[in-house]
Amino acid sequence: MELLRHIGLLLKKEFTLEWRQRNSLYSLLLYIGGTVFICYLSFALKTNKLGPITWNALFWIIFLFVAISAMTKSFALEKKERNFYYYYITSPEAIILSKIIYNIILMVVLAGLTVGGFTMVMQIEILDPEIFLLNLLLGAMGFASTLTLVSGIAAKAEHQGTLMAVLSLPIVIPMLLVLIKVSNHAIDGLSRGLIEGELITLGALNVIVVAVSYILFPYLWKS
Amino acid sequence: MKSALNISQSETATATKKETSFLPILLGLLFAAGFAASTWYTFLSPELEKRTSYMLFLAELIGFAFAVVKTKSWKSFGVGLALYTVIAGFMGHVPRQDILNETIRNLYFHVPMWFGMIIMMFVSVIYSIKYLRKGELQHDNVANSFVETATIFGLLGLSTGMIWANYTWGHFFPAKEVKLKFAAIALLVYFAYLILRGALPDDIKKARISAIYNIFAFPAMITLLYILPRMFKDSLHPGAEGNPAFSDMDLDNTMRVVFYPAIIAWTLMGVWVASLKIRIRNVQIRLWD
Repeated sequence: MELLRHIGLLLKKEFTLEWRQRNSLYSLLLYIGGTVFICYLSFALKTNKLGPITWNALFWIIFLFVAISAMTKSFALEKKERNFYYYYITSPEAIILSKIIYNIILMVVLAGLTVGGFTMVMQIEILDPEIFLLNLLLGAMGFASTLTLVSGIAAKAEHQGTLMAVLSLPIVIPMLLVLIKVSNHAIDGLSRGLIEGELITLGALNVIVVAVSYILFPYLWKS
Repeated sequence: MKSALNISQSETATATKKETSFLPILLGLLFAAGFAASTWYTFLSPELEKRTSYMLFLAELIGFAFAVVKTKSWKSFGVGLALYTVIAGFMGHVPRQDILNETIRNLYFHVPMWFGMIIMMFVSVIYSIKYLRKGELQHDNVANSFVETATIFGLLGLSTGMIWANYTWGHFFPAKEVKLKFAAIALLVYFAYLILRGALPDDIKKARISAIYNIFAFPAMITLLYILPRMFKDSLHPGAEGNPAFSDMDLDNTMRVVFYPAIIAWTLMGVWVASLKIRIRNVQIRLWD
């Protein structure tokens, strides 16, 4: 119960912090808008139409980079002195869980914005929207929980921008490949039974990542 | 194995004893070479091929049991088995397969690399966990050395696989082969580990954070190598997507007597390399501090 109360308070703190430093949120929105617009211009979509496979690949690549740039700041923004303060008043488990929950919420919002922008500019017919959205939700959760711990690791090193990309890309790729596969199925509207296993795997991956983060973060926090 | 990895003060005391133990290894090598030469003529008559494969195996077993008893060292055992793998691997009997032909011998070198890599990665994860629990830098040294050696093994496995693929599937990096791609990504995970170590200046910080990343990366690698290939199914490898597995038709008993020792041999070679790395680092620490 103590843990839950701490998580609640820390979540509230995250939201307040984000709202007070809105420029980072705005920069993310600009990032999404900018990349979607660049895709629109570079594919000359007035005259061309994108095939579902290209659309899908483009969408997930952009979403991946949105996720990486959103998660990079999750540990970088806090000052060192404030971290010492947290160290005294709460447990590392509460901190990592609150960060993961906050990042999941952030990623779900960003996923909604990305898919909204994408479908607005590049029309595509998704034949099985429920599975597509469920897959997107699982993807947002997976990216958030994986990248939270990685950004915690990267924050300890010197040049964290490049390190974040180097560390997170290979770890995220397995998840990304399954996501792309399921979302291709959903766009084509194929039978749901074919991708049941993939969806279960995605869920299991999320659970494993959260559990591993929960176990490992206290050691990271101590240093 | 633990006594071989733990480098303590007694290292210098046993150094002289270790040096003399190379002679029996050399004797073992000579034994193997002599035996190989004497069986060379028997290989020239094809109908005796299978029988000589078994004979070679038995003789090697006796010879290296002798060497191991003499030296009391797992290293001579490893050297002996590796040598046996090379000799029997290139000279022994293999089944005739249509496209594979003689390239089937690559099985003794390609597959054990991956076995060795997985085993060494597992050892390094165990030592990373140990480091996080106890905080001894020696454990970090062990974990790091094993990861470095395992990465080399992975690279060797990938390159032998690519050469093999070129001769059997017609391309170094076939597009319809997911295992190859996932193995390459799994190696990227560990390259990232090595870069992370380079980016952290402080020793204790480096040990702690790379241990955390190593534990985090292990499930990702297992997913890449064992779960995803079953899911994507676009594989040319035997045993995948209805392709016949080696154990079904190709891997007959004459290959087994080389293949299983090969796994042990290359893994022991890897452990030896890793233990040398550990000792070099210990010497460096003692010299510089």
